[in-house]
Amino acid sequence: MKQLSTKVTGNGHGQDSSYFLGWEEYEKNPYDEIKNPNGMIQMGLAENQLCFDLIESWLARNPDAASLKRNGQSIFRELALFQDYHGMPEFKKAMAEFMEEIRGNRVTFDPKKIVLAAGSTSANETLMFCLAEPGDAFLLPTPYYPGFDRDLKWRTGAEIVPIHCSSSNGFQITEAALQQAYQQAHKLDLKVKGVLVTNPSNPLGTALTRRELNLLVDFITSKNIHLISDEIYSGTMFGFEQFISVMDVLKDKKLENTEVSKRVHVVYSLSKDLGLPGFRVGAIYSNDEMIVSAATKMSSFGLVSSQTQYLLSALLSDKKFTSQYLEENQKRLKSRQKRLVSGLESAGITCLRSNAGLFCWVDMRHLLDTNTFEAELDLWKKIVYNVKLNISPGSSCHCTEPGWFRVCFANMSEGTLDLALKRLKTFVESTDCGRMISRSSHERLKSLRKKTVSNWVFRVSWSDRVPDER
Amino acid sequence: MGLLSRKVTCNAHGQDSSYFLGWEEYEKNPYDDIKNPDGIIQMGLAENQLSFDLIEAWLAKNPEAANFEREGQSIFRELALFQDYHGLPSFKKAMADFMSENRGNRVSFDPKKLVLTAGATSANETLMFCLADPGDAFLLPTPYYPGFDRDLKWRTGAEIVPIQCTSANGFRITKSALEEAYEQAQKLNLKVKGVLITNPSNPLGTTTTRTELNHLLDFVSRKNIHLISDEIYSGTVFTSPGFISVMEVLKEKKLENTDVSKRVHIVYSLSKDLGLPGFRVGVIYSNDDIVVDAATKMSSFGLISSQTQYLLSALLSDKNFTKNYLRENQIRLKKRHMKLVSGLEAAGIECLKSNAGLFCWVDMRHLLSSNTFEAEIELWKKIVYEVKLNISPGSSCHCNEPGWFRVCFANMSEETLKVAMNRLKMFVDGPSSSTRSQSEHQRLKRLRKMKVSNWVFRLSFQDREPEER
Repeated sequence: MKQLSTKVTGNGHGQDSSYFLGWEEYEKNPYDEIKNPNGMIQMGLAENQLCFDLIESWLARNPDAASLKRNGQSIFRELALFQDYHGMPEFKKAMAEFMEEIRGNRVTFDPKKIVLAAGSTSANETLMFCLAEPGDAFLLPTPYYPGFDRDLKWRTGAEIVPIHCSSSNGFQITEAALQQAYQQAHKLDLKVKGVLVTNPSNPLGTALTRRELNLLVDFITSKNIHLISDEIYSGTMFGFEQFISVMDVLKDKKLENTEVSKRVHVVYSLSKDLGLPGFRVGAIYSNDEMIVSAATKMSSFGLVSSQTQYLLSALLSDKKFTSQYLEENQKRLKSRQKRLVSGLESAGITCLRSNAGLFCWVDMRHLLDTNTFEAELDLWKKIVYNVKLNISPGSSCHCTEPGWFRVCFANMSEGTLDLALKRLKTFVESTDCGRMISRSSHERLKSLRKKTVSNWVFRVSWSDRVPDER
Repeated sequence: MGLLSRKVTCNAHGQDSSYFLGWEEYEKNPYDDIKNPDGIIQMGLAENQLSFDLIEAWLAKNPEAANFEREGQSIFRELALFQDYHGLPSFKKAMADFMSENRGNRVSFDPKKLVLTAGATSANETLMFCLADPGDAFLLPTPYYPGFDRDLKWRTGAEIVPIQCTSANGFRITKSALEEAYEQAQKLNLKVKGVLITNPSNPLGTTTTRTELNHLLDFVSRKNIHLISDEIYSGTVFTSPGFISVMEVLKEKKLENTDVSKRVHIVYSLSKDLGLPGFRVGVIYSNDDIVVDAATKMSSFGLISSQTQYLLSALLSDKNFTKNYLRENQIRLKKRHMKLVSGLEAAGIECLKSNAGLFCWVDMRHLLSSNTFEAEIELWKKIVYEVKLNISPGSSCHCNEPGWFRVCFANMSEETLKVAMNRLKMFVDGPSSSTRSQSEHQRLKRLRKMKVSNWVFRLSFQDREPEER
């Protein structure tokens, strides 16, 4: 008799394993400025390491928060026992206000409609459990965060049908693409339960336009389905434009307190804006009481540690801190993005014009041998093994056009970024000049080409590596 | 078209709501020795509040652990970024060692076979996702922790088939009960994937005997199924016969590294032994690489905060602390348990003889007006509304005999326990209306008229504090 569940045994059949390989190579040979200057530079991890000093100085000025004290008194017992799945009230209030601040205080968030979860990984899965039956589908614009294949589908049994976006219009979502995806789902005999967008987008690094948001709201209205807006990168918006949340659009269209507004749900997390992925802080925001109630109960399976809720409730309740942090964070991200963009430009490489996120969506189509995904993987392997940069190939994000790569810029020092860009420039120039790559790399490449995809098969879309690499 | 999933809309059809009512009443009128001495005393919450001072003292002596420091250096950034689902190595090692220590170092645990999860709630659900497909069943001895109905079944689609245990033999698991449960599952056309026990037991407060463990291992061997042993209360064993883990029995039977051993999985947590339910620390331990691997990936949905992993890794790595804590915790639990038992005895009430846990399994069958669950609920309501004690009726734990109640003793001060015992004694001694005010009498009459359906709520656990084990 089959002893393990199908979730365990039905593992990735030839799923994309570029992350696995790239990560493995990085782990074997990680760059260190002093100890391993020729090592691999990690550019595949969407972490925000630019503003830790701001949080560290706050911690130094406010020692109570981490030492489990309130006004000098120990509240250890209270925190040790606090497991209420409704969450710490002060923390939810602080989260609601922080989310409002990120949106320029143009919309309000009711703490009672917030459900805390252990990271947005947990939040997204929980929403799926609430909105979809096994076999139901959600439409997602491509390219999208590879983790969604696991987070939205694995244990829920839900399906993802892509909304194809292309470079012809900067990968924006069009009405035609929405309709096409919907019809495709029907062809596959899948009931569409909703659309899920990441705004700002991972991996594009662009915020959705008002036009796209209006399109989405109209679409879900006409189809009577849900809209999940994962706004995990909302605090990383550094462009001239303001971040427009789907909540802004609902307000502008005077749709608050209508049926539609009950089908719009926002997911948030402190992993990107505050750079705290280790603390596992995610949130679901919904106007539908039944969803809030069910998701709250489901959060039992992934509550946020009370120790962490307390610390962050103190941090985020400090409005001086939050306003200074958001402003400084944006400045540094902007400056760092500019550095990456100009570095790439000097190597003759352009990116999608971006205004948010911790990465750029880089156009390397001109470096492909052929306009195929095989060529993309070829190029990727060269970049990993020769240039020693771990970047993410577009195919792993379900991009329909070969040649695009996601390159992160906020998870390393400026010096490291400069070095990475230098290596890339050297590589591009050597390719341009048609110079042969060194013999050993050449041999290695040959043996790599012989490896078939099945050699890299691993269990789920994310293999044995650090998760939540968005 | 149904806009929400069935998991959301398919709410409780007349499910037991005693927790809801009892909790609600407590929330409306919570006991406070100064501010509300007539309020309801909470005895339905299996929390361990007896040894916080030991942890607080440790924290005061070791401020680095909470302040993101290691040897005088800040490691804030490292922790802020640490989201590896393999867990903090130092923490897994400390957990493995602690679990060994809890078993008198008679067995050892390999940190590589440990999977960290956000509490045992998450661990149990994850194991279900790994071992059962929707519609598959696990056999559980009754009475069992009410939360299992949600944790094991809700999102997984798995089923629970009870292994009926009775007071005739102290609620021990018998071979025939196991076989009967298995056959019952077959009758219901359910594929049995395994057995899940809680050892020590909630709500019984007893450790599983070697005989029972042998029966269980033979059973899962023969049927080629899994055995999950939730050992969340392993550190609360305060007197003989002592705790025997299924891991020990595997070792004794020389079954380590066999196929059977790959089907035995342990769940653990720091919520009861250390009294830290708020920190969300749970663990799955398995000898099956595939299960460890899959559960590790699934733990993405409920990782432990790195801030918490670091604090507890420092705490549990301090062997002086752990040794002292385990010993002192046991002494205090034993003492407090005795106080409850003798207090109950003074009221002519007995409990199942127990040696572990944070509660007693109390026999109030003699106080029932009839040997029925209706009478149990009636009695329970009296205890909540008149005696003002929130205790847990056995029916909510799927006990098949009316009249048993779980009463917690470690979540309050000694004085409060005394007050509770006095109230109970008065209630038992004074059956006439001399102890009941007119209004309470009226209230009881009204309650009797209330139908069960008035209490219907969404899930087996309503909008209240979870993890009330």
